[in-house]
Amino acid sequence: MSGATPATEATEPQGKQEERGASSVLREILESSSLVVFAAILASLVLGGILIVVSSDDVATAAGYFFARPGDTFVAIGHSLGSAYAAMFNGAIYNTAADSFANGIKPLTQTLTMATPLIFAGLGLGLGFRAGLFNIGAQGQIVIGATLGAYVGFAWHLPVGLHLLVAVVGTMIGGALWGLIPGVLKATTGAHEVIVTIMLNYISVNLLAFLLSKDAFQQPGSDNPLAPPVDGSARYPSLLGSSYSLHWGFVLALLAAVGVWWLMERSTLGFTFRAVGSNPRAAKTAGMSVPLTYILVLTIAGALAGLAGSSQVLGTQPSLTTNVAASFGFDAITVALLGRSRPLGIVIAAILFGGLNASGPSLQVQAQLPIDVVLVVQSLIVLFIAAPPLVRFLFRLPEPRRVKEVTA
Amino acid sequence: MKLELRGITKRFGDFTANDRIDLLVESGTVHALLGENGAGKSTLMNVLFGLYDADEGEILLDDEQVNFDGPGDAMAAGIGMVHQHFMLVHPFTVAENVMLGHEGVKGPAKLLDLEAARATVREISDRFGFNINPDAVIEDLPVGAQQRVEIIKALSREAKVLILDEPTAVLTPQETDELLDIVRQLRDSGTAVVLITHKLREVQAVADTITVIRRGKVVGTAEPTASQEELASLMVGRAVSMTVKKKKAKPGAPMLSVRDLTVIDEFDVVQVDGVSFDVHAGEILAVAGVQGNGQTEVTEALLGLVTPAAGTISLDGEQLLGKRIRDVLMSGVGFVPEDRTEDGVVADFTIANNMILDQFHNEPFSKGLALNPKAIADAAEEHVKQFDVRTTSIYATAGSLSGGNQQKVVLARELSRQLKLLVASQPTRGLDVGSIEFVHQRIVAERDAGAAVLIVSSELDEVVALADRIAVMYHGRIVGIVPADTDRDTLGLMMAGATEEANA
Repeated sequence: MSGATPATEATEPQGKQEERGASSVLREILESSSLVVFAAILASLVLGGILIVVSSDDVATAAGYFFARPGDTFVAIGHSLGSAYAAMFNGAIYNTAADSFANGIKPLTQTLTMATPLIFAGLGLGLGFRAGLFNIGAQGQIVIGATLGAYVGFAWHLPVGLHLLVAVVGTMIGGALWGLIPGVLKATTGAHEVIVTIMLNYISVNLLAFLLSKDAFQQPGSDNPLAPPVDGSARYPSLLGSSYSLHWGFVLALLAAVGVWWLMERSTLGFTFRAVGSNPRAAKTAGMSVPLTYILVLTIAGALAGLAGSSQVLGTQPSLTTNVAASFGFDAITVALLGRSRPLGIVIAAILFGGLNASGPSLQVQAQLPIDVVLVVQSLIVLFIAAPPLVRFLFRLPEPRRVKEVTA
Repeated sequence: MKLELRGITKRFGDFTANDRIDLLVESGTVHALLGENGAGKSTLMNVLFGLYDADEGEILLDDEQVNFDGPGDAMAAGIGMVHQHFMLVHPFTVAENVMLGHEGVKGPAKLLDLEAARATVREISDRFGFNINPDAVIEDLPVGAQQRVEIIKALSREAKVLILDEPTAVLTPQETDELLDIVRQLRDSGTAVVLITHKLREVQAVADTITVIRRGKVVGTAEPTASQEELASLMVGRAVSMTVKKKKAKPGAPMLSVRDLTVIDEFDVVQVDGVSFDVHAGEILAVAGVQGNGQTEVTEALLGLVTPAAGTISLDGEQLLGKRIRDVLMSGVGFVPEDRTEDGVVADFTIANNMILDQFHNEPFSKGLALNPKAIADAAEEHVKQFDVRTTSIYATAGSLSGGNQQKVVLARELSRQLKLLVASQPTRGLDVGSIEFVHQRIVAERDAGAAVLIVSSELDEVVALADRIAVMYHGRIVGIVPADTDRDTLGLMMAGATEEANA
């Protein structure tokens, strides 16, 4: 029998029907097996495929005379699917049309480049999720981090090496500051981090727009909301030579993943974070400070998101604009959930998403598909991940095994 | 009516909660289902009540096979159940609760026939002397009365078989006696009563037949004349001692001094009202009282989980109030929380990590920021051995352990420090007899090692067995502090609010 106490024993049948809190839903998502995650990706690619077929003009034309020549419809379906997935492969992994290996591999380096900010921000969000915090403020943390880092990059002129270091630290401080605010508000007033971080996302973007309207943040002699480019000395060196966009920020992201793993699994701080995330009451009873933990977690998460900003303004997009964070902060939520908040999982999920994003242009050009298909596939993945029972039903997967007690 | 279960088997995954259980309940008898927590009693009743589907076996009513799809079917067939946690709508009146689910209507407008429900409540209440007003609102009623409302609910649906699941867990000794009287009346009126319990005293008092379940199997039946030792050994599967072996206390100087402690909760309700007491080194002070009379809040204030509105708490001359919880723990306070699954262990954490939950920041478990997995594992292995935690590995999660073993983990953690004071709330709640024995021995050993021990328990048996002195709490006040050999009737009256002097 389950139920460690008579209380749980007696209420078990009723408990199943009770509404579950947000945190238990979050926990279920984080605990879903790799099989479920894989099945969710598969299901979304299949559904995405259906969408590709339905939206294809060729298929529509062929279906128009389906009863005359049904074969045409199937050929058209096969062709549209084939060209879509080929375009994805060409756009995300290896361009088979390229004249040399050096050019052919470019899409993969592009994928890794696009994965870089997602790894950073995903690590930050995953950290929060494991501590029981639904931080969705990565977007704002990226913006503020990028703003501060870019300012250091273009306004200060420091020696080579030092300049990059200071600029990177600047992005971390900016992000950390933007994480500290919801952390302090939650710890002291109980304000819910979801609401506070959403609002801070808006504030950050508008704050950046305001700054970009000021002379200090504008390219000299221009009225456009575009900051001066960051000095070369404050930019990540490119990893594979100047013909590739991949830069050392990617390596830093991998190092950050190792660092986060160590922090969570091997340090006293991570021990506290995980304890508070799993059972804040027991953590409090054992003498841990839950409010302080919230502040620390959100600050560290903010610093990591700030680094995501660094991979843009000190990497691929050295001129600060209001669009600096694109939708990385929101994609990173999916990445963190997909990676089940574990560093290795997040790196893999970020590369998957980097690939999907990188394949967008070639889908558009090569397969003549709207870029929205990529977004739909991404959203479907989220939808399936968020509903493990749905995926288990679709693939007839077994219920997760509840841990049974060893009766003494 | 005769209820018979034949070969009921219920599995959860590869865990067999009920293994070919046979049970025969005749009308006009009280059938006690005795077993430790986790033995499978509640599972069996949930199968009978249609909440679970049995994997094998059949249910027969008057020799006819029946199949229940849910509680509604079971109730229609004449089976009523009073759950341990009442299923009442608190802002509703008694009559409204009783009609809930089978509301009668009257007139062309199909208005609720509240009058009929009132009449039913009055009729049943009078028949059994329940003294329940049909218009009373549930949340204003004491627990014992709420339980009687549950019984009325079942009887109003013409229950011929009434299942009572751990009915005395929430009652005072006096309320328990009243309930047992009601059970006898029901039996005499022809109802078959199934009493699910692990309390031997009650079984002896009312049962006609006793079926003992252990690890999902029926291990035997017993006569009500069987001694407590016999019943307990059937339940546990080995001989157990029902008394706590302890030498006379040698109390030293006062270790813990609490003065005028007042705790006001977030709803501005005074939970603890000017409480003062001392606990001496080498002494066990047990706080008796029905749950919810401020005992929990006293222990929480000691640890710093709640901030008292007034009063002082000093440990060995040192002021505890205002200290951080971690500092209170490290100054020599061991704390065994009342709700071990909520406050005691982190269920997702390994046993090893739970063993250091309050000491992970100290050497040898960590140095600076870095944890030392080797030292953590070594300590866990040793504690698991020392406290006889039944597990396959120190890396199993605490959530996979039974209640008794979880409690051993909590105790191992708290007792591994040098303690000046041990505070334990409901230290054996939900534990099997075997584990209770072990936990009690450990607590007494801690006293003998010179610690002051404060126990809070709503089980009078436990209070009497462990205490060197007994403090009784009622409505946030200490009604009196009496010697351990005070008779149960006096204690029972004090738990209901009567002061010592009034009894004398």
